[in-house]
Amino acid sequence: MIDYGKVGLKAGIEIHQQLNTAQKLFCNCPTTLRTIDEHDKEFFRYLRATESELGEIDAAAKEEMKQERMFCYFGYDTTCLVEYDEEPPAPLNHEALELACIISRLFEMTPVEQIHTMRKLVIDGSNTSGFQRTALIAVDGILPNGGKIETICLEEEAAQRVDGDTFSLDRLGIPLVEITTSPCMKTPDEVREIAGYLGMVLRSTGRVKRGLGTIRQDINISIAEGARVEIKGVQELDLIAEVVQREVLRQKNLVDIRNELLSRQATVITEPVDVTKIFSASSSTILKKAHCILAVRLPGFAGLVGREIQPGRRLGSEFSDYAKKCGVGGIFHTDELPAYGITRDEVDRLFVQISAGSDECIVLVAADGKKAHCAAMQVIKRAETALTGVPEETRKMLEGGSTSYMRPLPGAARMYPETDVFPVRIEPTWYENLPVPELLVEKAERFVRELHIDPALASQLASSDQVFLFERAVSEGIAPSLAARTLLSSRKELARGGSNISCLSDENILMVLKAVEEGRAAKEAVPVILEKVGAGTSVSEAIAECAPAVSRSRLEEIVRMVVRERRDFVREKGMGSLGPLMGIVMAEVRGSVDGRVVSQVLKEEISREISPNTPGDKV
Amino acid sequence: MNNEFHPGDIVLCRHGNTDRSGTFITMRDGMATIKLDSGYNIGVSLDEICLVKRPDITSSSPVAVTQNEALPQLSIVSTGGTIASRIDYRTGAVTSQFDAEDIIRAIPRLVTIARYRARKLYTILSENMNPAIWMELAEAVFQEIRNGSSGIIVTHGTDTMAYSAAALSFMIDTPVPVIFVGSQRSADRPSSDNTVNALCSASAAVSDLGEVVVVMHGTMSDDSCHIHRGTRVRKMHTSRRSAFESIGIPPIGSVSYPSLEVHLEPAAIRRGTQEPSLAASLEERCGLLHFYPGMPPEAFTSFSDYKGLIIAGTGLGHVSTLLIPTIKELVDDGTMVVMTSQCLHGRVCDRVYDTGRDLIKAGAIEGGDILPEVALVKQMWVLGNEKDPERAAVMMKSCLKGECGGRSL
Repeated sequence: MIDYGKVGLKAGIEIHQQLNTAQKLFCNCPTTLRTIDEHDKEFFRYLRATESELGEIDAAAKEEMKQERMFCYFGYDTTCLVEYDEEPPAPLNHEALELACIISRLFEMTPVEQIHTMRKLVIDGSNTSGFQRTALIAVDGILPNGGKIETICLEEEAAQRVDGDTFSLDRLGIPLVEITTSPCMKTPDEVREIAGYLGMVLRSTGRVKRGLGTIRQDINISIAEGARVEIKGVQELDLIAEVVQREVLRQKNLVDIRNELLSRQATVITEPVDVTKIFSASSSTILKKAHCILAVRLPGFAGLVGREIQPGRRLGSEFSDYAKKCGVGGIFHTDELPAYGITRDEVDRLFVQISAGSDECIVLVAADGKKAHCAAMQVIKRAETALTGVPEETRKMLEGGSTSYMRPLPGAARMYPETDVFPVRIEPTWYENLPVPELLVEKAERFVRELHIDPALASQLASSDQVFLFERAVSEGIAPSLAARTLLSSRKELARGGSNISCLSDENILMVLKAVEEGRAAKEAVPVILEKVGAGTSVSEAIAECAPAVSRSRLEEIVRMVVRERRDFVREKGMGSLGPLMGIVMAEVRGSVDGRVVSQVLKEEISREISPNTPGDKV
Repeated sequence: MNNEFHPGDIVLCRHGNTDRSGTFITMRDGMATIKLDSGYNIGVSLDEICLVKRPDITSSSPVAVTQNEALPQLSIVSTGGTIASRIDYRTGAVTSQFDAEDIIRAIPRLVTIARYRARKLYTILSENMNPAIWMELAEAVFQEIRNGSSGIIVTHGTDTMAYSAAALSFMIDTPVPVIFVGSQRSADRPSSDNTVNALCSASAAVSDLGEVVVVMHGTMSDDSCHIHRGTRVRKMHTSRRSAFESIGIPPIGSVSYPSLEVHLEPAAIRRGTQEPSLAASLEERCGLLHFYPGMPPEAFTSFSDYKGLIIAGTGLGHVSTLLIPTIKELVDDGTMVVMTSQCLHGRVCDRVYDTGRDLIKAGAIEGGDILPEVALVKQMWVLGNEKDPERAAVMMKSCLKGECGGRSL
């Protein structure tokens, strides 16, 4: 078990939450997500790094540029020239700004006096322009653990990766808030708790998007002897603690490897060696068909490149991630050879040919000449860092909670002004008068106190996306228990059961609940009624279809009453009165009895009424 | 106005409960713009910041450009515009500051196509161009031709690029390509079209082409540029990459990207076909009037001392009947009046309706299928080079530089 205090764990969170505004941050397109097959436009572009206004090129951007990549984009009838980077942006969306300010107020932050929209260089293709627009809104918020929220920024969402270098533009430009905490968390569980708290506060506004992918956490982690690493794109709250644990483990292991390398006096030979000929007849198809195979010599590294640093990851995996930036598929290293079709004999010959010692690890890259050289230099760069410890990096989460290298940590050089958007002044009185919503945790307490709802149910309600509808239902006179039960379970169960719920609007649900409250529908019938409404039946029809069944004896009673009340008519028309009376009886039983049964009972009663021995005649 | 802070000053900025260090950038709307160490800019009141230190100004010496002497030699004549723009972070505005060498530095692949001689003529936005500048530009380009350049690339803002291209088309006979290029999306964005446009224009400049053209993005994708004849091209969209279109004829060629292969249509004039010559005089007192319903005669009389006037009329080439006497007066007083159409596509024909016939009677010249702006530039050139009104009218009606065609396609 790792003692997190002892290793000096420091962690901070960057949370990205999409806002549920009507329009995007810098254009008037709706913030609706589409399915890929709805796209009606396709185009492609190349991106390249540009200098910041201080004349520097960002390291992270440079890294992405090692390969010239073509990016393909999908457009829709809900996207416009702004998303295609074919038109300057519209002014900053005021609804989004207001919401970001409301969130700032929830964290008791200080707003910036004059907001400047910036361009943050991102040339991995996820933004058509090559930058993400972002603005610092407020600073210095308070967290329940005593830690600090450093900043809240309003940003445009990036495009969604479809596959490889293809992106879908429906998501590009949706407003999101980015909340950055200080590195104030000291254990993996604390990180999870704070992430949960931040999510709760955001949802308290009732105006953020819900569902998978609408909230993402980046986690900044370092240990005392390690370095700051930013892990991107943790979508599930439950994985956060695991990610932190594994990163601490990785940094600890990299520090151990560094120490071991230093004690072995390991070195990195900075010139790769061409060993293409050795493998010209190799049974490894990759090596055999490669135009160029370069060997990177790492004296003193033997055994350490293949050492596991976190589940499923070795130092060699890190080398491989760096090499892949040049477009190669991966690397081989002698800690894992012979394998992959490379024989013992070939490995031996490799060592002899380049006069390598047994303490050496040799890394092989195979590609065309230019790519192979680029990849070998990347391996050399990463191997050199292994001698100093943990590199500062941006990493991405893999399934299970381990991570792989993405790019160097971006610096200030990636930010420059978005000159097409005017600065916005935040008026202090406007800011101070923004309504601060009740936090969901406070809501849950109030539900218990005022509505006498069970505490567990109350907190379940508060964290549900139905909480605002629940409050509305209660305020419109619906019993809290009925509203809670219906809203928490019915919709979800119907969806889970595969029912079509596309027509199940909030208004429809409220109408059904009111019908129950007014005795026009049975409580028990609610799920069935909702299912029918969901499939497109009107609320009143669905209620009628599900009305309580009428028993045979009750039906006979009704029929008797109807016939008696129209005795003269029945006697005059005889069986001819069946048709007209059918309609009256059906209306009485609200359509809940099969017409054939009604007809049969009615026939019997009519014939009894017109027979000579009816009791009514005996007077 | 603030005298205390200079751009680049390291300052401490008190905001919220924290002092943050940052760099003073500029004053904007009464507030100081500070670049925080995180890279974000914020605007703060002046009394919230204090000076920490004023760093020495270090100017980094730019990387030298090495060129391949074996490649053909091109000239880059820069006039400004978005292809050569950079952010002025004092004002936050995009301005034209690059010289030709900066362009090579920004787009390194250029040196695989040719070697370049750079000539910085202006750094202006194209809306500030005028006929005097066109004449100087024509002279500069002609000098480059005379000096043996295999092709000339003129970097230019896109707003009035078509005017300048038309002007040079009339002023210069060229045996080598003279290529106008710009960009619609600023050079400071990673997605800028300046790279594709610049590379395609360089490739077109070493090709078999021999006339004045505009080379700009062909589609929304980075897949090709179109080569437009200088007298047939028009900016048809405010912001799209593919804003430039040939009107009345198809583009005379294209350059594929990233292969940079040049394809020329048979209609394109080939390298070496024309002898170099320059006739760089323009009559600047020519005007262009866009007719609208209800336009008063005064709009025309204000051109009374002009040598020439182009009317962009409606449909087949009409203006309100009420204006015809005023037009007749202009013509009688020696102003050459030429009718073109706001439709842009198609040919003027003033023989179909009475108004048209009356216009011809009043002395207006039918402009054929020439674009209104091109007609203006052509008229400036014709009147600048031919003083005899009748011969000038004949020239105005003839096709000189592919600006009009006998057949509507």
